[in-house]
Amino acid sequence: MTASLLTVEDLGTSGIQRILDLADHMAEVNRRPNPKVPALRGKTVCNVFFEDSTRTRLSFETAAKRLSADTMTFAVGQSSVNKGESLRDTIETIAAMGVDAFVVRHGSSGAPLLVDGWTTASVINAGDGWHAHPTQALLDAYTIRVALNRTAGFDGLRVAIVGDIKHSRVARSTATALTMLGADVTLVAPRTLLPPVIDLPSTEALDDLIGDIDVLYLLRMQQERMGEALVPSLREYTMRFGLTADRAARLAPHALVMHPGPMNRGVEITVDPAELPGAVITQQVTNGIAVRMAVLFDLLGGERSSMSDEKATT
Amino acid sequence: MAAGPETSTPPGAKQVLGPDDVRRAITRMAHEIIERNHGTDRVALIGIQLGGVWLAEALGEAIARIDTSPAAVPVGSVDASLYRDDIGLRPVSPAAVSDLRFDVNGITVVLVDDVLYTGRTVRAALDAIGDYGRPRAVQLAVLVDRGHRELPIRPDFVGKNLPTSSTESVSATVDGVVIS
Amino acid sequence: MSNLNTGDTSGILITGGRLLDETGERSGDVRVIDGRIAEVGDGLAAQNDDEVIDASACVVSPGFVDLHTHLREPGKEEAETIETGSRAAALGGFTAVVAMPNTDPTQDCVEVVDFVRQQAARAGLCEVLPAAAITVGRNGTQLAPFAELAAIGVRIFTDDGSGVQDPLLMRRAFEYSLGLGITLAQHCEVARLTEGAVMHEGECCSRLGVPGWPSLAEELMVHRDIELVRLTGARAHFLHLSTAGSVELVRRAKADGLPVTAEATPHHISLNDELLAGYDATFKVNPPLRTRADVDAVRAGLADGTIDAIATDHAPHARETKEQPLDQAPPGMLGLETSLGVSIAHLDMPLADIVAALSWKPAAIAGVADRHGRPIQVGEPANLTVFDPDHEWEVVPARLASKSRNTPFVGTPLRGKVRHTIFDGTVVVRDGGATR
Repeated sequence: MTASLLTVEDLGTSGIQRILDLADHMAEVNRRPNPKVPALRGKTVCNVFFEDSTRTRLSFETAAKRLSADTMTFAVGQSSVNKGESLRDTIETIAAMGVDAFVVRHGSSGAPLLVDGWTTASVINAGDGWHAHPTQALLDAYTIRVALNRTAGFDGLRVAIVGDIKHSRVARSTATALTMLGADVTLVAPRTLLPPVIDLPSTEALDDLIGDIDVLYLLRMQQERMGEALVPSLREYTMRFGLTADRAARLAPHALVMHPGPMNRGVEITVDPAELPGAVITQQVTNGIAVRMAVLFDLLGGERSSMSDEKATT
Repeated sequence: MAAGPETSTPPGAKQVLGPDDVRRAITRMAHEIIERNHGTDRVALIGIQLGGVWLAEALGEAIARIDTSPAAVPVGSVDASLYRDDIGLRPVSPAAVSDLRFDVNGITVVLVDDVLYTGRTVRAALDAIGDYGRPRAVQLAVLVDRGHRELPIRPDFVGKNLPTSSTESVSATVDGVVIS
Repeated sequence: MSNLNTGDTSGILITGGRLLDETGERSGDVRVIDGRIAEVGDGLAAQNDDEVIDASACVVSPGFVDLHTHLREPGKEEAETIETGSRAAALGGFTAVVAMPNTDPTQDCVEVVDFVRQQAARAGLCEVLPAAAITVGRNGTQLAPFAELAAIGVRIFTDDGSGVQDPLLMRRAFEYSLGLGITLAQHCEVARLTEGAVMHEGECCSRLGVPGWPSLAEELMVHRDIELVRLTGARAHFLHLSTAGSVELVRRAKADGLPVTAEATPHHISLNDELLAGYDATFKVNPPLRTRADVDAVRAGLADGTIDAIATDHAPHARETKEQPLDQAPPGMLGLETSLGVSIAHLDMPLADIVAALSWKPAAIAGVADRHGRPIQVGEPANLTVFDPDHEWEVVPARLASKSRNTPFVGTPLRGKVRHTIFDGTVVVRDGGATR
């Protein structure tokens, strides 16, 4: 039974730590002039992207190539999905070409779980609907670990995740991962942007928290949401929840500012991140490659790969 | 191959070298390295993670005590896990991250490991080092050579030759060499 | 089909069963000749070429009537046809089913209703009672020709698949229906509150990251139609009630003496929203599976008579359509062949009350109480079901008679299985298998 990474809960807390430790190795590889190791030579990783996402797709392709794996990319629009081929038929056709891992991004929550049931290859969820984005959560955790030098865990770390939580797979996965590592996560959003039932503390008063947090995590507020009466206007959203110059000045000196990208400048953030000492947004992107290398290695060559139970000894 | 420093001999195990023997072997190997390389100019020590790291540092210290030149021999470490030839056959867990802060191009690298067995770890470490640059030469120093080579790899500097059976395991630390 | 050989008195003899109908329970054998019950009594002997139907350890009851079935023909014959659906119905013990009008073309005119009836007659496995739409094309804007359709015997009108959103239109529909002896049935769903929804809005949907269907969307329309009934005096039937709130609204309406009836599906009395945790679209249905508390309330509603009937909402879908992510898969579950088994396994009610909810109560609502759900007495039409109420079994999708396979009950223990079904005096199901 091959292991897959569909949600951060699949890994468990010790699994998350293992991935973060592996990411240290991969980050070192990435610092070399020739950032490549032969670890996954002979393995084939297929990116199956039903939702447009150049950034995430490139990040996964780069990660696979740096481990010497072969990559295939299947992006909707170039494919027979438009001719009415079902998701299942598409996956089974690709699997028949010999694939060790699928990296799946889909607009429908649950699609990677369905794919996992149709193939013996490992499946990595690169983002499904509103539901989960486990590699984003892992790279967010890794970025915090490195930036705040928190290798032992995140007990007592105070994190605020601000924005459209309801529609955000990043919010769900990152909140879960950070909580599993011991952090205290608070969700900041108006009721219309929260899921019907939540199991974490929430508030609408960003100003009351901003000086006390260690990590401010901003979510994208999408223009596309405006037709749904979720907030009266983007201007009002920025006024209540945006990282304005005034709020940035009240952040603690050590506090990190994070964003999964791409940013809507002028909406959830009105200051230039280049002028924020705590902004680690570009580190998130860099770390994304190391973390995705760690995930690929873990599933195809490391602890969760499906060979024998015999541990390597020499 | 050794799992790390042990402080007591487990039951059923046999200590074949004590701490003093180890210290003397290291001193002798340090002399041999200096002699073979006509000094320590453009020589560096790289320990293979995990077991070779302490030995590389110990050799570095021994060389510094013997040699009169002011510049210390650089010491680094390399993790060869991502170059293993059994990835895909068994789950592999990398140990500690490689730490090479000097340029390996054009220098003589003395690769250091505690125990030499099948030779596959050394082969992987050679590939790892090759991804950092092109040394002028690579020499191999091991505290224990226990035989059973599966690849054409031979050590340049050996602390002790120790014939063993493949059912035994060997641990080599600063406190001694134990077969169990 | 009745036995047309005049003078030939060979018939069917049902022996060894326990008779259960609206008048009560007793033991007895039943002889059927020429489509009617000819004799009822203990120890009847076989005569001439009587076909003997063994009902030992079984209950013999009037045939079941399903108020809510989707036969898919015309329009979606790849999922089900009137013939395959009728066969599934007969295997489930149904001698009559009300066929929902969300076909293509819609059952909103005499021509399509006649077509459905002809196909059903050709199959000859059960009576199919086509329901007609409330609005033309189910578009929610223009009333369908109620009188024309009532004149050819249509009794139930519904836009099922969706609810009528416009309150003024619904008021007019109720008022216009008054003189025609028909019943308007509502699929209660305020569409603006359920846009994009794939499951019940609650804790599970929050975890799964999908849009939810709040209970309020059903309850608001139940409340609206109850008040329209109060205002207009028309009759209303509520399809597939699924929430505790809806049950309570109907309970109070009945206490006020209003002419409302209601049904609930087997899946709403047995399954809850946690089953969607694996994103399996087999469990996607409208209205959605709700919480355990809602399931308990719906069961209680059946037990105290607030909900009159068990209706399957049998909704076949081709296999590939259900093997899709939740937001792309169509809603709906099979129900005809498992209705009895789920009902007996999950309802803590006397068997007589369960059979009432499957047989004579829906027969009355459908307006066919003159020939279905009848007492087992001499002279009555022979629409009968013979079932073993204690038989425990599990559903095997590949063995279903339906063309589709989307049953949510795989692995659910079922109790109660139909052995034989007699439709209009003909044995259409014998020993658990269809005869045609």
